[in-house]
Amino acid sequence: MVEMICAGFGGQGVLTTGLILAEAGMKLGMNILWYPSYGSEMRGGTANCTIKFSDTEIASPYAKQIDILMAMNAPAIDKFEHSLRPGGLLLVNSSLVHDERTFRDDIKVVKVPMSEIAAQYENPKGANIVMMGALAANSDLFKPDDLERLINEYFEKKGKINPKNALCFRAGVEIH
Amino acid sequence: MSKQLMKGNEALAEAALRAGCRFYSGYPITPQTEILEYLAKRMDEVGGTFVQTESELAGINMLLGAAAAGARALTSSAGPGFSLKQEGISYLVAADLPAVIIDVMRIGTGLGDIAQSQGDYWQLTRGGGHGDYHTIVLAPASVQENCDMMETAFDLAEKYRHPVLVASDAAIGQMVEAVELKEFKEHDINQYDWAIRGCKAGQEPRKIQNIYYTDPEYPEHLRAKYDAITATEQRWESYYAEDADVVLVAYGISSRISKEAVNMARAQGIKLGLIRPITLWPFPVKAFETCKNVKAFMTVEINILGQMVDDVKLAVDCKYPVGFCGTFFGLPEPDVIIEQALAMLEKEGK
Repeated sequence: MVEMICAGFGGQGVLTTGLILAEAGMKLGMNILWYPSYGSEMRGGTANCTIKFSDTEIASPYAKQIDILMAMNAPAIDKFEHSLRPGGLLLVNSSLVHDERTFRDDIKVVKVPMSEIAAQYENPKGANIVMMGALAANSDLFKPDDLERLINEYFEKKGKINPKNALCFRAGVEIH
Repeated sequence: MSKQLMKGNEALAEAALRAGCRFYSGYPITPQTEILEYLAKRMDEVGGTFVQTESELAGINMLLGAAAAGARALTSSAGPGFSLKQEGISYLVAADLPAVIIDVMRIGTGLGDIAQSQGDYWQLTRGGGHGDYHTIVLAPASVQENCDMMETAFDLAEKYRHPVLVASDAAIGQMVEAVELKEFKEHDINQYDWAIRGCKAGQEPRKIQNIYYTDPEYPEHLRAKYDAITATEQRWESYYAEDADVVLVAYGISSRISKEAVNMARAQGIKLGLIRPITLWPFPVKAFETCKNVKAFMTVEINILGQMVDDVKLAVDCKYPVGFCGTFFGLPEPDVIIEQALAMLEKEGK
């Protein structure tokens, strides 16, 4: 079982990123569960979702300890860094998080300048895809080729085909 | 059919359509609004009628009309909105009409809040409106079960000509899981001889009415209906209950957390088990016969009064201690469940 939280500002595509990953997991034959932060939230406030991936039946939708945190902003780190298991993976959106910020030393931290890379490929909406590339490169959850294909399938289904997404994804895969 | 991702509430809505439901009337309230949102678009695509009514009262009473005409009719609500439906549910019972009403439970008396809760258990299982009645209550615990249960709900409603309630909660309603949907099933609106479909000249008019007070045989008919439901419709899932020292009893979202507690406990050599009522009424009394080694039972519920405790005590004739692990705004946590279960075991000196 891999337990993951994806968190950031409302509007950053945090919930959608979680759904794309959940669907990718489902298509690769995993049991998945996606659970949104739930309560009275406002635009610009915080948003997060928990995603679980497992070979066996997933019981509870809640996660007290997690293996992966995808933090799209600084408050996401404040709120969830302590939930990471020792040895867990923290993916940080370094476009928004201060350079001098320090992190726990018993976890793996990967800094992803997602907005800069997306801007470089003139694909500002592709910032989360950079992050997903970094996820594939730094965990055993997905093989990069699988996730790239399944992200494409997700957007094809919605009729939003953009070749620049693949460039963003590949750039993310290079980040370690 | 291949699997797809669906949100719990949307799964209830799509599954209702696939079970032949072609009429929905209701009013939005969190955490069940996705049901309306989904059906507002989708009902039209399958040729049915969707009405966002001016109130919950209009919603339940339009439902009564559609049910009287033989349609598979659905409404849904939560919190104070579900309370407003109670008068209409009592009227459906009085008129022997089948219909399905979903309650996506939220916290609180009064307005409460939108957080998940299981505070409606008594309202759901004791007949929440006036008069003496029960309704069948189905409690799904996953998005897949949401998909599977709607057809059962309509089938049972028509089998007994009685309303069926579906007891979901905010957590099951909001979560997304991979599901396999059932195929579409046609419902023939003319198949029942009791449905009022317009009377042609020379035909004996059919009537849908409350005959409780006028027909001397009616009380016996009602008792027979409730007895038949109690005897044949108990549903449950048993999880490691047979050899367990402490058996948890939980439904809906609490059963998911309890299952995790059972897995964690078993990994530590603690014999915990779980009975998950799928019908809250009739309460699955038969499930308790399978607990051969049990020393104590403990319900896990998101409420403060332990609303299900009495039903468990009755199911085991008060022969075993029945504890309660409850939460209010928070959620039950697996390690707390295990701790309380062990404390019960210790108290029993075993």
